[in-house]
Amino acid sequence: MELKTVKTEHVPVRYYEGGKGQSLVFLHGAGGLDLDQGFLAALAEKFHVYAPLVPGYGDSEECPELRDMLDFTLHTWDVVGALGLKDPVLVGFSMGGMIASEMAAVVPNEVSRLALIAPAGLWIDEHPLPDIFSMLPFEFPPYLFHDPAAGAKIMSAGMDMSDPKFLQGFLVQTARQLGAAGKIMFPIPDRGLSSRLYRIKAKTILIWGSSDKLIPPIYAQAFRRGIAGSELVLIPDAGHVAPFEKPQEVIRAISRLA
Amino acid sequence: MKFTWFNLMPWPYLPDDFRQKYRSVWVDIDSKLFNPEKSHELYNMYIDLLEHAGTLGFDGIGVNEHHQNAYGLMPSPNIIAAGLARRTRDVGLVVLGASIALYNPPLRVAEEFAMLDCISGGRLIAGFPVGTSMDTNFCYGQIPALTREKYREANELIMRAWHEREPFAFNGRYTKLRYVNIWPRPIQQPHPPIHIPGGGSIETFDFCLDNTYSYSYLSFSGYVRGKALMQSYWDRVAERNTPDTSPYRAGFAQTVCVADTDEEAERLYSKHVSYFYNRCLHVFPGFADAPGYRTIKTIQKGVLSQYAPPASGGLFPQLSWKEMVEGGYIIAGSPETVRQRMEEMIKGLRVGNVFCLMHIGDMPKEKSMYSTQLFAEKVMPKLRNIFPEYASDNRFWCKPMANRVSPGALPAEVDLRAMANADD
Repeated sequence: MELKTVKTEHVPVRYYEGGKGQSLVFLHGAGGLDLDQGFLAALAEKFHVYAPLVPGYGDSEECPELRDMLDFTLHTWDVVGALGLKDPVLVGFSMGGMIASEMAAVVPNEVSRLALIAPAGLWIDEHPLPDIFSMLPFEFPPYLFHDPAAGAKIMSAGMDMSDPKFLQGFLVQTARQLGAAGKIMFPIPDRGLSSRLYRIKAKTILIWGSSDKLIPPIYAQAFRRGIAGSELVLIPDAGHVAPFEKPQEVIRAISRLA
Repeated sequence: MKFTWFNLMPWPYLPDDFRQKYRSVWVDIDSKLFNPEKSHELYNMYIDLLEHAGTLGFDGIGVNEHHQNAYGLMPSPNIIAAGLARRTRDVGLVVLGASIALYNPPLRVAEEFAMLDCISGGRLIAGFPVGTSMDTNFCYGQIPALTREKYREANELIMRAWHEREPFAFNGRYTKLRYVNIWPRPIQQPHPPIHIPGGGSIETFDFCLDNTYSYSYLSFSGYVRGKALMQSYWDRVAERNTPDTSPYRAGFAQTVCVADTDEEAERLYSKHVSYFYNRCLHVFPGFADAPGYRTIKTIQKGVLSQYAPPASGGLFPQLSWKEMVEGGYIIAGSPETVRQRMEEMIKGLRVGNVFCLMHIGDMPKEKSMYSTQLFAEKVMPKLRNIFPEYASDNRFWCKPMANRVSPGALPAEVDLRAMANADD
């Protein structure tokens, strides 16, 4: 995958591109693309993959003009336009799934294939989601991974909070990334999507790790009810980060749209 | 010098094993620990203490705003200040302050502050905090990365409401009002002096200098640790060629305990100070700093929340009396010890406004009054004249009306019929 830049109205956008075949846009989750590199490489064996970064993620410029859900939705449409894509397979994971859903709901005639991997965007009072904005780094693995011990090892690799320089870099990255995510997800990742889901016309595949503890699979049912004709693929032995834990299974599910 | 007796109003009944059993004193504090009946006595005791301080020669008595917090029982400081406005005569009322980004519309703050200023005869010193991340983001749901923009807009709205004399339309991003026309208006014109409590953001330094607001650092870690932050403020003042370096451009909060001797101070106060530092400041580190609340520039400068966990991870270490005194977290001891260290603090930080935290943790009222009285009689008078060249700088303090009424002065026994008819 190659890291490139494309100009948009408000901000230059960094994106990964690779592979051949049908165009596919992958929108990342609140954690960014760090864990998804292997998944993207595998995905690029089947699709021409474009994975733009939300402004503020990775080394990309922040964008103060993006404040609310509509801004994020239209900005991401701007990115698709700037990349010269028309009706790509639209795939969103977690926060990216929330953005992808909004894109498909706001402009339903330009999205015909949609894959949502454990998307955010809904809230069920009986099943409140954990608050990622107050979590300490070591608290994440049980929510993210099917195998928290293995996940903890991966997440803490190279992390040394007692090194002030590392700590500062870590805090800056968190502030940039989760600061941007907070605009659409804080304090509750519900910006009214439930009342717009009915507008989605795309053939939609919902993909969920069966042991997802961050956005539990009960949310899959709510999305399924909201999007007419959508199908659910539950992936066994996968947590929230299903693309990381079970890349081939996730890719197989996405490929049902091809 | 301007000395303000400041009270946080802590809940004094947190259990001994609070640190072990509960994760945070703030935000998700166990509501079962609050007892409304006990709070009745407590609130009245705290208000008594503020009123008592108001009779001892302090320039101000101060309150502030916190939410879902067991060391700060004032979600609405203006309610306390309203009571104080009636029950005190001359002392300044420091509301440090009302979190202007939290009110919808923020005009509410302009109105309430105007009411306080009118009731008190112009004794209000107003504060506009951005608010901690705990209060603003986690308790009151403001989006961290947008909090500062919303705050700036609220400030602009309030200032225009106080300055302009005709109704105007305000088309803000966060607040839209067709007719801004506040009623009542403050006695102090165009508005009461503004203090901004901050935690070291460069943006807040500039905001204060741009608007001639006083910058206050409300830290609990004392002047030794406050030094670097206040120095960066004064560096910024110099860098921007600010026309003056008046010490009244700055304030600092300091925990102060006075007794006859250093030993008596330790004996009387150490367990209450320990209660405050070791229980009341037990904040879950995940609430310290919602991502996006602090700007990148500020993080890069190395300014972290005072509630952030130590770099080593885990909880704050338990601090002993000795560590707290020697580390400058608190200023405590005999009047002479306290005078020396206060002078060191005032000169070292160059602060004209000192917010004295003199009720600490679970202190009973008698101890707080004893400490307060010693400070007022034996310490404060000796510190009055540290910055004589700025004695006339009144930009940052209230300017009360000359002829103020005495509240509660209705005649007790009169012939109401005769008086009512006489007035007709």
